[in-house]
Amino acid sequence: MLGLNKKDSTLMLVVIGLVVFAPFLLNPFPEGSAMAQFNAGYPDLMQRFVIFGILAIGFNILFGLTGYLSFGHAAFLGVGSYAAIWSLKLFTLNVIPAIIFAIVIGGLFAWVIGKISLRRSGIYFSILTLAFAQMSFAMAYSVLTPITGGETGLQIKNTDNPLLGGPTDGSIGRANLFGAEMGNSFELGFGNWVFTFNLGYYIAALAMLVAFYLSIRIFRSPFGIMLRAVKSNQNRMNYTGLTPKVYTLYAFVISGMYAGLAGGLMVAMDTQVGPERMFWTASGEIVIMTILGGAGTLIGPVLGAGSIKYMENILSKINKDVLHQWFAFLPDGLEDAMVVFADIFVGKQWHFTLGIVFMLVVIFLPGGLVEGAQRLSARFGRKKTTDTAADSSAGTPAE
Amino acid sequence: MSKSNFTRRGVLKTGAIAGAGLTLPTYLRADGHTGFTNAPGDSEVVLGFNVPQTGPYADEGADELRAYELAVEHLNGGGDGGMLNTFSSKVLDGTGILGREVKYVTGDTQTKSDAARASARSMIEKDGAIMITGGSSSGVAVAVQALCQEAGVIFMAGLTHSNDTTGKDRKANGFRHFFNSYMTGAALAPVLAAQYGTDRKAYHLTADYNWGYTTEEAIKASTEAMGWETVNSVKTPLTQTDFSSYIAPVLNSGADVLVLNHYGGNMINSLTSAVQFGLREAQANGQNFEIVVPLYSRLMARGAGENVKGIFGSTNWHWSLQDEGSQAFVRSFGTKYGFPPSQAAHTTYVQTMLYADAVTRAGSFAPCAVAEALEDFEFDGMGNGKTLYRGDDHQCFKDVLVVKGKENPESEFDLLEVVEVTPVDQVMYDPAHPQMGGADASLGECNNGA
Amino acid sequence: MDQIIVQILNGLDKGSAYALIALGLTLIFGTLGVVNFAHGALFMMGAFCAVITSKILSSSHKVVDDTRTDFLGNPLEVDVFYVQDWFGEAAGAAIMDWAVPLAILISIPVMILIGFIMERGLIKHFYKRPHADQILVTFGLAIVMGEVIKYYFGANPIQTPAPDALSGRVDFGVWFGYGPNAIVYPMWRLVYFFFSATIIAAVFAFLQFTTFGMVVRAGMADRETVGLLGIDIDKRFTFMFGLAAAVAGIAGVMYAPIVSPAYTMGMDWLVLSFVVVVVGGMGSLPGAVLAGFVLGIIESFASMPSIVNLLPGINQIVIYVVAIAILLLRPRGLMGRKGVMED
Repeated sequence: MLGLNKKDSTLMLVVIGLVVFAPFLLNPFPEGSAMAQFNAGYPDLMQRFVIFGILAIGFNILFGLTGYLSFGHAAFLGVGSYAAIWSLKLFTLNVIPAIIFAIVIGGLFAWVIGKISLRRSGIYFSILTLAFAQMSFAMAYSVLTPITGGETGLQIKNTDNPLLGGPTDGSIGRANLFGAEMGNSFELGFGNWVFTFNLGYYIAALAMLVAFYLSIRIFRSPFGIMLRAVKSNQNRMNYTGLTPKVYTLYAFVISGMYAGLAGGLMVAMDTQVGPERMFWTASGEIVIMTILGGAGTLIGPVLGAGSIKYMENILSKINKDVLHQWFAFLPDGLEDAMVVFADIFVGKQWHFTLGIVFMLVVIFLPGGLVEGAQRLSARFGRKKTTDTAADSSAGTPAE
Repeated sequence: MSKSNFTRRGVLKTGAIAGAGLTLPTYLRADGHTGFTNAPGDSEVVLGFNVPQTGPYADEGADELRAYELAVEHLNGGGDGGMLNTFSSKVLDGTGILGREVKYVTGDTQTKSDAARASARSMIEKDGAIMITGGSSSGVAVAVQALCQEAGVIFMAGLTHSNDTTGKDRKANGFRHFFNSYMTGAALAPVLAAQYGTDRKAYHLTADYNWGYTTEEAIKASTEAMGWETVNSVKTPLTQTDFSSYIAPVLNSGADVLVLNHYGGNMINSLTSAVQFGLREAQANGQNFEIVVPLYSRLMARGAGENVKGIFGSTNWHWSLQDEGSQAFVRSFGTKYGFPPSQAAHTTYVQTMLYADAVTRAGSFAPCAVAEALEDFEFDGMGNGKTLYRGDDHQCFKDVLVVKGKENPESEFDLLEVVEVTPVDQVMYDPAHPQMGGADASLGECNNGA
Repeated sequence: MDQIIVQILNGLDKGSAYALIALGLTLIFGTLGVVNFAHGALFMMGAFCAVITSKILSSSHKVVDDTRTDFLGNPLEVDVFYVQDWFGEAAGAAIMDWAVPLAILISIPVMILIGFIMERGLIKHFYKRPHADQILVTFGLAIVMGEVIKYYFGANPIQTPAPDALSGRVDFGVWFGYGPNAIVYPMWRLVYFFFSATIIAAVFAFLQFTTFGMVVRAGMADRETVGLLGIDIDKRFTFMFGLAAAVAGIAGVMYAPIVSPAYTMGMDWLVLSFVVVVVGGMGSLPGAVLAGFVLGIIESFASMPSIVNLLPGINQIVIYVVAIAILLLRPRGLMGRKGVMED
């Protein structure tokens, strides 16, 4: 299918299925039930899943294949976002140009930083990218306030007057696709279940599927093999007359464009940018997502991105009130004890769970979540491992 | 099948059989089409409390959350009723809001605008929140306010002090009870002039972001109007922890007052450095060297410990106020949690009450109706004396407290003493004031959403 | 000129904090080859050793004072400190006053223990794993440590003052021929600098002049050969981890009066400490110390008013600009060894 081998086609189909039916899959619990707290099928989170998925897929092309660990990838996400919001504010409220600008600017910025940073390798490279990203953050937060809006960021305002159209009645313009707004949703009620189908999500999802497809093609292409060669032995590449730096730079720019795309989509779905999108913790999060899911595997980074965003958005909202509801069936003393215990892991302590999950995954599943999935499918006797078998050579990236 | 725009999933088709066992009827509503986002059902209404629960302002967020829980308890008729008994408007009777029981959801802003918006969107889209409130920084307030404007819900700002929240970034769906940089300047300057004289040279250290800029601008403008001179102002990075290299040049700069436009950890550390470098005992231009901290909070004062003694600043509210409303609030909060509330807790409690009251007076949850009820609403009995929610920019106008660090605190909470209650007239300004975004700033149209 | 002297002092002060943390990080990097993202958290734990010590020393019981009332109008409960009960008013107050220096004595065994547990329980299993896995597991550990501290102490910074006797100022100017009060410098910061210098010197001396240190240095250079010689290098590496943790911890204790400890400080220091280590050059202890002082001094100069007014925002980015410049001019940082963490 589309130049993919059988295994990859299956994987692609599975991913398409998951993405298309996400509104069902992420909302398994009926509305109003105690478990509804764990539903993730609302537009914002679904959009975040696919957007951070794109980011992690792009990062994985660089890190998973070449082994170059960029610790400043959030910078590309940030500049992509700024490019997109300015396109919405000045040019047109249509998201297509905004996303294209975001990709182009993200790629250009990556080219400049890549060109400089790739003169070094290993940890020296990581620190160079980190330094550039931290500079971008610090400038955007303070001295570049006229361009970036500083701490309060940029939003679309009712005074904005984009070149091509825009609301004339003084209301605030909304990002749209030829008139269809990103916030448009269909709701499907089914018994106690409610499923939301959001236009913005499906646009982001389409972008993610294209991004995923391209990433498979890159992994399987001669170019992808070159990138793996960069990781395994640069000297040998040099001796055979190849220039590893050029290939790495391509990979760096491609992953920068992926990050730009993610930034553009973020703005399209939620029209605002803040500088902390470029802070080192954001870059760190991308790294962690990729490793958590399984660096060098095709689907791993997407899983990693999804699980981190899930914990951030779902666990943090479970407060004591909710816990009391859950444990209401227990006798009073026991209920309180359970609430106090469970409260250590949720609500304002959700970071604690995050840290523990990181440690447990890396201790027990050295290949990341993907390895967990493989073990599960092996246990249930299904030999059809969808993804990583083909990538086992890439399963253990050096830093 | 229903079509909606930026709304929650909430349409529960009638007659659905609530499954056995686990099912708890949380968000039931009969009709999803009353013309605005997340119209509540007949029995319950959901409010979204979006506060920092991780990161440097987590303690402030925790205090806000306590106040919210207390407000919900009072609205639903629990506890001693707190400010319901002192509030000048008497329409709230402890039966929830418009007869609907108040429920709430909480989220973590992480003091990052992205995370705050994600959390607010989840409350709107998933939980059906009809109003979002909270936050502990202006960046978050501006970002979430813009979101609520877009989504068509009301935003009741928590702790946000930058002029821009109700200045150049004001929104028709957003309301702020907390005071702002301009008011701090207007209230503080006369007290400083009275205390330290009008022949003073000030040196500003300013946190290098939006709030810092507006505060520096406001303090400069109002102290210069009193005859002070500004010798220098230096921007310091938000992430700075050791301020020694910024403090050291101050003494020999010709200045005799240091203004620390810092908040939270920045303020605690810069003040600590200033005291270590001996600025408090120093002499300059033949006068005692003085330090000023424009925006105080009790949590910050506690973090700075001994160093705050005798240092002037301003605050929105303090638990030692003797008016009836403040006393009632301190009593219910203190009885429930064992310590007095912070100014962040006060402002969030009051915002919740004001929202509930506005809904009740409007007789509708529709954001535009609520906004109309809040606009130019005058009230009393919520601390700070007579207060006006101005319609032009959705900013509350009330007395501002000038405080100083207490010399002999009696307890770990007794850190600030109120020096002067600056009357509201003195901190009033024109809605089109240049510090507030000038003539260009507009609220825009109020948005009911779907 | 006097301003330059003050900024050099500030730079040395900041630099000694950077250098101490970077030194510990390099010990772990260089000896064990582990990318330790929890090193900032160890520094934070050290700072909280000071907080905990001062809390323990000022633990108290309540006595109701009927003459005064609290904020709710009930009789005020006054804290009475146990140390004052036991040792009398003045001695008790003095003990509480000296909490931070006392905390050093407590922090050393505590931090070594934390280091041992970390190494034996967790890091040991990650020597052979890719750096990416080390990053993930130590980052997770750093988050967990931070959250535990937040659970007990909250997020607000906690004031931990230096003893009164050491919180005065030294009039430096007179030593250099200036008039009085031209250059005054806080005494505790000087104490911090000399203390750090001593610790750094002690670590170097230990590695240079003891047999133990020699074996460790040999192990850093070639772990396998040392192992083949029949030396149990693992045990020594465990000890080195404990040592690195203790260095970070002491740095934290001593730093507590300068920057009030808060649970976020671990993450605040994480990035900076890596920048310092890498600028110094991977695997080089002197490099880490040198880079710490260089960056500290440059950062101090960049925040002088005349420079900030000339180049707005330079104080925000100067560390990163310098880091980039150094790494581009010198491929392996200031004193990096060839082939360490380069691929």
